[in-house]
Amino acid sequence: MTQLRLADRARELAQQPWGLWWLQAQRLTRIELRRNLFSWKATWIYCLAFIPTVIISIHMLVGRHPSFAIGEDTNILAGIVQLYYIRLGVFFGCLGIFSRLIRGEMIERSLHFYLLSPVRREVLLLAKFAAGSISAVFLFGSAIVADFALMYAGFGAAGSDYIFNGPGMGQLQAYLLIVVLACLGYGAVFLLLSMMFRNPAPAAMLALGWETINPVLPSLLQKISVASYLRHLMPVAVGADGIFALLTVETEPVSGWAATAGLLGLIAIVLAYSCYRIRTLEIRYSTE
Amino acid sequence: MNDRIIFEDVSKFYGEVLGVNRISLSIPPGITTLVGPNGSGKTTIMNLMTGLVQPSDGHISVLGLTPADQMELFSILGYCTQFDFFPRGLTGWQFVLDGLMLHGMEEEMAVALAGQAIERVQLGDAAGRKIAGYSKGMRQKIRLAQAIAHHPRVLVLDEPLNGLDPMARAESIALFQELGRQGMHVLISSHILDEVDRIADRVILITGGYLIAEGSIHQVRQEVHEKPMQVLIRCDHPELLAAKMFAINHCVEARLHADGKGVFLRTADIDQFYSILNGIAADGLVKIDAVAPADDDANAIYQYLIGTEGSPS
Repeated sequence: MTQLRLADRARELAQQPWGLWWLQAQRLTRIELRRNLFSWKATWIYCLAFIPTVIISIHMLVGRHPSFAIGEDTNILAGIVQLYYIRLGVFFGCLGIFSRLIRGEMIERSLHFYLLSPVRREVLLLAKFAAGSISAVFLFGSAIVADFALMYAGFGAAGSDYIFNGPGMGQLQAYLLIVVLACLGYGAVFLLLSMMFRNPAPAAMLALGWETINPVLPSLLQKISVASYLRHLMPVAVGADGIFALLTVETEPVSGWAATAGLLGLIAIVLAYSCYRIRTLEIRYSTE
Repeated sequence: MNDRIIFEDVSKFYGEVLGVNRISLSIPPGITTLVGPNGSGKTTIMNLMTGLVQPSDGHISVLGLTPADQMELFSILGYCTQFDFFPRGLTGWQFVLDGLMLHGMEEEMAVALAGQAIERVQLGDAAGRKIAGYSKGMRQKIRLAQAIAHHPRVLVLDEPLNGLDPMARAESIALFQELGRQGMHVLISSHILDEVDRIADRVILITGGYLIAEGSIHQVRQEVHEKPMQVLIRCDHPELLAAKMFAINHCVEARLHADGKGVFLRTADIDQFYSILNGIAADGLVKIDAVAPADDDANAIYQYLIGTEGSPS
């Protein structure tokens, strides 16, 4: 009986208009990117992404770069990724980008145009999430690549050697993977929070607090955190003193694959719940 | 019944605030107007129909589809809301084209349909400009263009004449009439009752979230048995006619027309009234030039039913 039911379900799923949904999702993503990728309102997010780039540029121009200092600069770059990008830059950047996708349209009173189109709401939500993710990854990915290039540019031939013949390229790939996962993870969380709360900022602050204390929580609770998965993917271990030590605690060693799969699972759960929420979303602009 | 818009005992509460209460409707093709004062529940009915809000109770079907059947429903339905806001940074052309592209059609076809719709609302010259620079009337027109661009079978228009100049108003009314003649469902909410009268096949009167009456304007008028009906009679001796009618029929009110060449008579039994009037005309005591119902329009019915304050009478 159960097998028959499963077969029916599979047949039903196969009969769904996946091609049309894919086409609609692509077009929605394109519309969203055209509207939101470059906007004056997002200037503060660009600043957030490129502040370290500016600092590293200054360091490159005025600092001295003996080849023995490559190790130190590598640690500084790892610290910037873990302590700045993951904890602040990507966190607040994604808050700005993803909370605008649904809540921003509610505030601007234009969401109904999407809800009145012949597009499943789940497709709409996932397309908006895709557009937000592309924007965030493009922005923070570019910033990381620029930071990386500038950090080693000052070392001349030694820097090139470190990148192309040493561990440099692998580290860059790891940082990019971390940024992509961070954007997807925080993006999914903030998209959901923006549907649950009229003002998602206080909830985001709670999330920031949660992420901060997460390393000292029991191991089960550690799994409900974006940063905890990302820590395990860091190519260079970051040592820190004082309060920063809390941010670099690694309580339970997890393999890179497990961390990536765990975070993708968390993202899938959050998005599935967001899809459920958007099915019952009502347009009541007067309460915004 | 698949050619009808059906509301079965539909209620909507916003927390403790009543939106609409136990509304049952069966709307056939043609032009139907929703009439009621501000806050009466007109927009709630339209939003319920299109799934923008969910009913607290009851069932809604639009030509056999529920509001949850989003893909199918919005392929056959266009909704021109009264929200005067647009996605940022779009031109009129992009706004209409983007909507069509989401139907999944080929770009060539979407371009052709967008062009047709924009021409139909006579906004061709302004289509390339940003909507942010449009006048209120132009914004109303571009919303209408988007709602009709995919050739829907059901068109829902929330206060579609707001902000239009007299010329644009006349053009829009002509367009609605044309769409109604083509067999479309056109559901219009308006508080401009004179216009409702001219374009509607049916009227739905609503106030305070309650359905007051539904049907053709004449049917609705018939339903109001307890309310006296007023008739204007143009004749050579209005005072004499009024006296005769008062003597024979149970007229409840008589008022001379301002020009002295007619009389408004109010009667509780319109059939008997016309029968007696025919008798008087046949006797030749009064030469009757014209007889016309003076309050068989939506405005009068609305006043009867709802009262000027918007409360049920």
